[in-house]
Amino acid sequence: MKWFDYAAPRSVAEAVRLLAAHPAARTLAGGTDLLVQLRSGRKETDLVVDIKRIPELNELRYDPAAGLTLGAAVPCYRIYQHAGLRLAYPALAETASLIGGTQIQGRASVGGNLCNASPSADTVPLLIALSATCHIAGPQGTRAIPVEDFCVAPGRNILTPGELLVSLHVPPPAPHSGARYLRFIPRNEMDIAVAGAGVSVTLDHGHFRSARIALAAVAPTPLLVREAGDALAGRPVSAESMGAAAELAKAAARPITDMRGTAEYRRHLCAVLTRRALEAAVAQAKGN
Amino acid sequence: MSAPAYQVVGTRPIRHDGADKVTGRALYGADLELAGLLHGFVLRCPHAHARLRRIDTSKAEAFPGVKAVVTAADFPPSGDRMVDLGEGETPLSYIRGNVLASGKALYCGHAVAAVAAVNVHVAEEAAGLIEVDYEVLPHVTTALDAMREDAPLVHEELRTKEFGAPGSRPSNVAEHFRHEMGEVERGFAEAEVIVEREFHTSTVHQGYIEPHNATALWNNDGRVLIWCSTQGSFVVRDTTACILDLPVSQVKVTPLEIGGGFGGKIPVYLEPVAALLSKKSGRPVKIVMSRKDVFEGTGPTPGSFIRVKIGARRDGTITAAEAYLAYEAGAYPGAMVASGAMTVFAAYHLPNVRIDGFDVCVNKPSTAAYRAPGATNAAFATESVMDELAENLNVDPLDFRLKNAAREGARRADGVKYRRIGCVEVIEAMKNSEHYRSALNGPHRGRGVAIGYWFNVGLASSCTISVNEDGTVNLVEGSTDIGGTRTSVAMQAAEVLGIAAEDVHPVVADTDSVGYTAVTGGSRVTFATGWAAYEAAQDVVRQMRERAARLWDVDPDAVEAVRGQYRAGSHRATFRALAAQLNRTGGPVVGRATVNPKGAGGSFSGVICDVEVDPETGKTTILRFTSIQDAGKAIHPAYVEGQMQGGSVQGIGWALNEEYYMTAEGTMANASFLDYRIPTCYDLPMIETIIVEVPNPGHPFGVRGVGEANIVPPPAALANAIYRAAGVRMRRLPMNPAAVMEAIWAAAK
Repeated sequence: MKWFDYAAPRSVAEAVRLLAAHPAARTLAGGTDLLVQLRSGRKETDLVVDIKRIPELNELRYDPAAGLTLGAAVPCYRIYQHAGLRLAYPALAETASLIGGTQIQGRASVGGNLCNASPSADTVPLLIALSATCHIAGPQGTRAIPVEDFCVAPGRNILTPGELLVSLHVPPPAPHSGARYLRFIPRNEMDIAVAGAGVSVTLDHGHFRSARIALAAVAPTPLLVREAGDALAGRPVSAESMGAAAELAKAAARPITDMRGTAEYRRHLCAVLTRRALEAAVAQAKGN
Repeated sequence: MSAPAYQVVGTRPIRHDGADKVTGRALYGADLELAGLLHGFVLRCPHAHARLRRIDTSKAEAFPGVKAVVTAADFPPSGDRMVDLGEGETPLSYIRGNVLASGKALYCGHAVAAVAAVNVHVAEEAAGLIEVDYEVLPHVTTALDAMREDAPLVHEELRTKEFGAPGSRPSNVAEHFRHEMGEVERGFAEAEVIVEREFHTSTVHQGYIEPHNATALWNNDGRVLIWCSTQGSFVVRDTTACILDLPVSQVKVTPLEIGGGFGGKIPVYLEPVAALLSKKSGRPVKIVMSRKDVFEGTGPTPGSFIRVKIGARRDGTITAAEAYLAYEAGAYPGAMVASGAMTVFAAYHLPNVRIDGFDVCVNKPSTAAYRAPGATNAAFATESVMDELAENLNVDPLDFRLKNAAREGARRADGVKYRRIGCVEVIEAMKNSEHYRSALNGPHRGRGVAIGYWFNVGLASSCTISVNEDGTVNLVEGSTDIGGTRTSVAMQAAEVLGIAAEDVHPVVADTDSVGYTAVTGGSRVTFATGWAAYEAAQDVVRQMRERAARLWDVDPDAVEAVRGQYRAGSHRATFRALAAQLNRTGGPVVGRATVNPKGAGGSFSGVICDVEVDPETGKTTILRFTSIQDAGKAIHPAYVEGQMQGGSVQGIGWALNEEYYMTAEGTMANASFLDYRIPTCYDLPMIETIIVEVPNPGHPFGVRGVGEANIVPPPAALANAIYRAAGVRMRRLPMNPAAVMEAIWAAAK
């Protein structure tokens, strides 16, 4: 690992100034991706900007009317230990506990998972399914965009030099709604998704009112399959309707063959995982 | 005949190294600090096969903080010759060439140069400034590809040793040998059912947690001091001396604690490099591998292609068997195909056998031993075919094995005639187990069984035992401890001396402080070093009887020593009481022994496993797993169980997920523990164990080494279980979810 400078700003404005002045700077939250990349030489930088001391980036607030505000540096363990959040967004709490082991969860953040822009990021399909938005600060002020528009290529996101992801916002859960993220890994822990599916559903008297379906590890970015969710709207909750949505998800997948799986196998998994995630989300929605 | 009653052997005392291990105080190589210590970094070839046209180290040498840079040109010009470092004759050029490449780099990860600097980051950055002019050459990474006539040549000068005689044509096949017994064609003609199948296994790594490391100081008096993690301190001493063209007495190796070896810490990689860097810099140099270095630059176990054909009569009697084994040696000759050929049918008494073995060089890391090396590949093939035959014959798979099981007096095709072995007893223990007799219900579930064999070796071991005045003893041995052997060796001394295991303090000494001791491998330490401890303890007892005789003024032959109680006539004294009077009776007592025992027995093992296969994802979940093994006599049953569990888990990983995933460029894509998937505790049930004890008549306590045979059956047992759960015969390892899913799709077509 080569030498780099380190800065730990205490405000968003200060962080933005540093990032704008050093285009090659890298932001550090938990460091569970960044430090590995720096050590392996996959990334190089002259300045690491630690954002963990900025209050807004550590905010974790749930309000039944306003929804969830999740600071970009909040580590996973705070998410699944937050009682209110666990009740309102059980799928998010569960997904935060999927990432790494206990030690990693003490450092790794959902914001970092998103900014790292890996196609296989576990939290991103669920955030997309939950209609989450990104709140970004930059030299020109702030902006908000949907999570599905944040990643642009493997390892690349929409942030321009000087911009910083401050927080994520998740709308409050609708009545009779449920969500779930399922991934497939060859082991049961310590693994990167071969494919993943995040879904959310809202039910209305045995029918789907609405649904959103997003996939992991089967395209250059996490993939919102809008047509698969839309196809469920108004349809009865049934094996047939969920199977049809799963087939649409599979059709939208554009996977590659690599050491983690073949393209054919990944497409197949998209259908299996989407269907199983829908079944789980429906079961949860029926309980709400 | 009832088993002899022991006081120590067969009990479960706390291990002697336990406190240091659980408190983190145990000293591993990476922990070592010395005054003025420099840190080394090894530059490795990024190509599968490349000619080294020019190496320019000038920029690295000029980099601030760099103290030394070395390449193969820094080795002494000792020429080439055959050397025997305990694993048979090998050309020195191969051993040296693997440590630092010269002329050509033969695999991605092959060491090319090394830098010593004030810290590892500076060393790494400087290594990046070394300019290597690579001429990338065509590469070959599988045995079958490498055997083609038009294959790129790994070694232009290599000729196939064909049935012992050198060939004339350049080839990647280092050796083709054959074992033959009986009349194979006639045997197959007598068969009523014949099954012949082809199998592929991937390259897999031992996956020890601790990466290789070495620290060297080329002292001003010309002696080279080395601290390292190794399975054989004398192997490191002899190899390093050989490469550096020094007398062995000029090298002293101090073995530190080992975080796993499994055979992979027998070869030498870093020690001569650290020594050269130290010679140039005048300071001690430490090199610690990264995980990527370990995967790419050290010896995994061979990938292989195997064809097995077995014929049987309707009554279940096997009439003939044939095997073709092509193993990937990696960059240098020496695939473990010889042991694959010796074990492929080792569990069965067969009249007509032919076994062909091929040792094939490929552009992958030079392979090393891995827990019963060569046997797991072979058993995967044989035990899968045996399962299919049992199915065709409509007979219980264990009954079929029992009917053909090897027994005392049976001769293997490689010529060995078995002494007392426990093959039948292991199969019977499997049959009688609660696991095998229990029902397995539910959809997509299946049960599989398999058995396997591994030898033990004897080889040289030395041991001294010094008696302390408080009645305890210090035991010095030379076998580096990778499996709890300090305790299993100490317990054998304790049994002879009639003292508690805790009253023996075992120490694994450096090469200056103990007699020559061969490598920790071949499941030999509890057997051979245990025997040395047994003999050294007998020597102590003999001397203690003399001391008692002196005290009591009787003839030494009149003194009886039984379990630490010494007596002659009405005289009585305990070992402790005699120890307290050593100074009065002539001074210290030191017992010593060196052994090179021939009586090593082999160990059979078996596996019963239940799996469930998800028909939609192909993923295998292990529901229940039992390992059964003949330990001869389990000195410390908890360690025997631990070995059985460890071997099982490694076999499970090999079976289900582990592999070197090679890119089209011949590089390893998954050189990390994230993507090289060894099983985690979440992937395993509790591994149940059943110890079988058929004492080895060639050892004072009946010991059979237990470190290895347990890894042999798991892949075949899992394949057989997956077949019953999912209806597909898996003949390629790993049987990962994608592979099982594809087999399910293929079967549905």
